[in-house]
Amino acid sequence: MASNKKKTPEINGGSMADISFLMLIFFLMVTTMDHEKGIARRLPPMPNKDQKAEDMKVNRRNILEVKISSGDRIFAGGEYLSDASQLDEIVINFFTNPNNSDKLPSFKTKNIEGFGECRVSEGVISLQNDRATHYDIYLRVQNALVRAINTLRDNFAMQNWGKKYEDLDDAHQKIVRKAVPQSISESEPVNVGKK
Amino acid sequence: MAKFVRKGKNEGSPSINTSSLPDIVFMILMFFMVSTSMRKTERMVSVKLPVASEIAKLERKDLSSYIYIGKPTEQYQSQFGTDARIQLNDSFKSVGDIGDFIAAERENLSEGDRQFMTVSLNIDKDTRMGIVTDVKQELRRCSALKIMYVANQQYKKY
Repeated sequence: MASNKKKTPEINGGSMADISFLMLIFFLMVTTMDHEKGIARRLPPMPNKDQKAEDMKVNRRNILEVKISSGDRIFAGGEYLSDASQLDEIVINFFTNPNNSDKLPSFKTKNIEGFGECRVSEGVISLQNDRATHYDIYLRVQNALVRAINTLRDNFAMQNWGKKYEDLDDAHQKIVRKAVPQSISESEPVNVGKK
Repeated sequence: MAKFVRKGKNEGSPSINTSSLPDIVFMILMFFMVSTSMRKTERMVSVKLPVASEIAKLERKDLSSYIYIGKPTEQYQSQFGTDARIQLNDSFKSVGDIGDFIAAERENLSEGDRQFMTVSLNIDKDTRMGIVTDVKQELRRCSALKIMYVANQQYKKY
């Protein structure tokens, strides 16, 4: 009798698919695909109480005002824009100042470690929004500003090393960051109704 | 004529071999296990993320804490209204509670990692900036300065 049972009976694998489907559905329910991507920013530190918020004396020509109204209209460099994508050109023009106009920001020659002398724009973008501005528009403007600065960084990197900013190593990226600073300052939002 | 006769004999389509079905399903299962993560908190606000093209990946997931801002989901609307609210961990909170939340999150990290803590802001795109600014001011106050506006990738048009 025992010799008849030498071979182990085959396991029925027909239900394997069902079991794995069950597990699949379980995982679909309890897990999420999370969006771990976004625009990274650094907030300015809170000014100390005893040290008064000193107004940074910045020359008028060195400021590019970008405002978003409560009606989500974008105002930059003295005109209303219909779309955030138009900001790129204005920002790039602002920082490069191709015609050396005295309305656009001045340059300062800085000595950057590991690179040498470099002309750095002194321009600052001042971003102001209303409390009723939609977050969507705000982020679109932020995105456009970052995109413009990234373009400038790419250009700078291309000129000096023939590579895009992303492809450079850390030391070079640091130099580029110093040469093309991301100077965006955000002022306190104005309140609804007030102009 | 013989052809037709033969066909008539073979009635009934042959059954499909399903022996590789478990393998396929296991493959999909593996994909989901790798690419997703466990849901940590129950979402009580609905967040439709805005799109952005210049996005960077979060460097260290374990060093980030999450703030959700958006409309309460339907089941909470009768209780909390439809205005944008802040969700921290598992409950609705006000702007004033952010300080405690950040302090608690910071406590969970090791000392060396504290300076790298990032706050991920998951904000619905229809939110008004007022509440967002309040949150940002509060974050500045408790010096959690590294923030990230979470957004979906927008692909560049060529």
